[in-house]
Amino acid sequence: MFEKELTVSDRQKLASVGFDESEHERSSSFAMIDNLPKHPHKAPAGIDILTLEQAWEKEPELMDGLCWQLVDPEKDEFTREVKANSGSGYLVRVKRGSRSILPLQACFFMRSDLLRQRVHNIIVLEEGSSLSIINGCVSGEEVSEGLHIGVTEILVGENADLSYTMIHDWSEGMEVRPRTAIRVLKGGTFISNYISIKRSKITQSYPTCHLQGNGATAHFNSLIYAPKESLYDVGARVILDAPESKAEIISRTISAGGEIINRGELIGLKPGIKAHLECSGMVLGEGGTIRAIPILEAAHPDVEMSHEASVGKIAQEEISYLMARGIPEDQAVSLIVRGFLDTDIFGLPPYLRKEVDKTVALLENAF
Amino acid sequence: MRVAGRSVLHGINLSVAAGETVILFGPNGVGKSSLFSALMGFPGYEVVRGTIRFKGEDLLPLNTAERAQLGIGIAFQRPPSIKGVKLKALGERISTAREESDRVSYFANNLGLSAFLDRDINLGFSGGETKRSEVFQLLLQNPSLSLIDEPESGVDIENIGVVGVALKTLLQRGNHINDRQKSGIIITHTGLILNYLNADRGVMLIDGGLSCSGHAREIFELIQERGYRECQKCLKKN
Repeated sequence: MFEKELTVSDRQKLASVGFDESEHERSSSFAMIDNLPKHPHKAPAGIDILTLEQAWEKEPELMDGLCWQLVDPEKDEFTREVKANSGSGYLVRVKRGSRSILPLQACFFMRSDLLRQRVHNIIVLEEGSSLSIINGCVSGEEVSEGLHIGVTEILVGENADLSYTMIHDWSEGMEVRPRTAIRVLKGGTFISNYISIKRSKITQSYPTCHLQGNGATAHFNSLIYAPKESLYDVGARVILDAPESKAEIISRTISAGGEIINRGELIGLKPGIKAHLECSGMVLGEGGTIRAIPILEAAHPDVEMSHEASVGKIAQEEISYLMARGIPEDQAVSLIVRGFLDTDIFGLPPYLRKEVDKTVALLENAF
Repeated sequence: MRVAGRSVLHGINLSVAAGETVILFGPNGVGKSSLFSALMGFPGYEVVRGTIRFKGEDLLPLNTAERAQLGIGIAFQRPPSIKGVKLKALGERISTAREESDRVSYFANNLGLSAFLDRDINLGFSGGETKRSEVFQLLLQNPSLSLIDEPESGVDIENIGVVGVALKTLLQRGNHINDRQKSGIIITHTGLILNYLNADRGVMLIDGGLSCSGHAREIFELIQERGYRECQKCLKKN
């Protein structure tokens, strides 16, 4: 797909974040290189995939009703920048009752150094529809510094379900500022998987999910590995604003010299709510910090909300245990870290697990 | 030897021959498990004076993994659980060096652990399951010297049988007396393990030192009859 546009090593990076150029086991592909979107070759049944420019041309009324409805353009300097520059990206609309078995893939590739990539994505799942999206965010070998701002607005309709996965591989000097908001209607399910294991200068992400219909559900899963000189300020907020709605935020973070602020916020407003927050952090070596900030807020007596948070180094006892089986210390540490990042807890479907495990396996060489 | 700056054992002189199984007796808190920890070279267990030699090699400069690679294995009394590390993956890791991959399922089946292979190590295991998992790992490692710390504690009768039979195999106690190469040191409080395998001798660890080397069953019967107090009196007399 990118034989002419990208170098072999850049294409390998894309593959490492789950973007398959052969489109094998993918329903379609969307790509954005620097600030230029590429229209997909394949048009799967029941799904519209348009660049934002095309969407404004073809569906101005729909776009009026969606654009900047969930994310406030005045939220901060980054949203203002996307608004002022009409950031490009995709509109994905899954038609009523349409259930795509193969995932849709998208990549946001920064090829030029010192670039400001401004992305605006909109996803709409109509009633009873289903979709899985894998987003790969990558900067090329030429990039030393840059800024990626991604505004994403997601509407999950009644009884629809969306699995939204982001896998990242940025350059060391990158600043990453996603601004995401999600609205889930009655019986709908939103699942987010966020994986970032490479060094970026700053990653700041705090999506807000509004559960607005009875029985709506949200899951946020994240794996973060912060090497030296990286700052991750990440987490998720779920506002449970409908009876019987459910939310779960699970994160596994590792600081290998970097700084992590791991946030999670659950706000329960209606009866019959169940929500759980679990943030586990592991500090490897010296110099890194992890701050876990779990917040629970209940505004109704009939809610069931809980959290577990832990931050610590690897237990010496566990290392000794594995070493007593003849496993050298560095390999014992690696086994424990891999175990800590075990994706079993996320309950990913097999195709996605394969991609995520591939990314996590890259960590084997990290220590 | 010292643990966290505190002197725990002194004047320990113990040698175990190839093919020999020794039972280590002693009251709670006397330092039996600490002795095993020192033999394995766990951090915090500092040998202040003396040497530990294994197959003619000085163990003190070696770390735990190097000692294990030389052929020393341990079944922990209370092993830690490790999230996300599966019993099967560890079993294969232990076994890989020996290029016999089906040993994992073979021993798991023998020890009734097949259903535990995909579980996180020791996480939510019962007492008996933990002990069986420890012996399972030892069988895969197949060390020349096995240090077995209270194989019966927290285990129901049925599981003791499974563990006992497996240890008998591991230590070649079913073999002819001239045909045993594997050695073992077993810590026991209940003595139940002696119903499944015969030991060559027993030693008593008391008041920080070793005393009273002799027939394992006899020592155990004496402890049952008169308790450890008798041993302390005996020490004073000598």
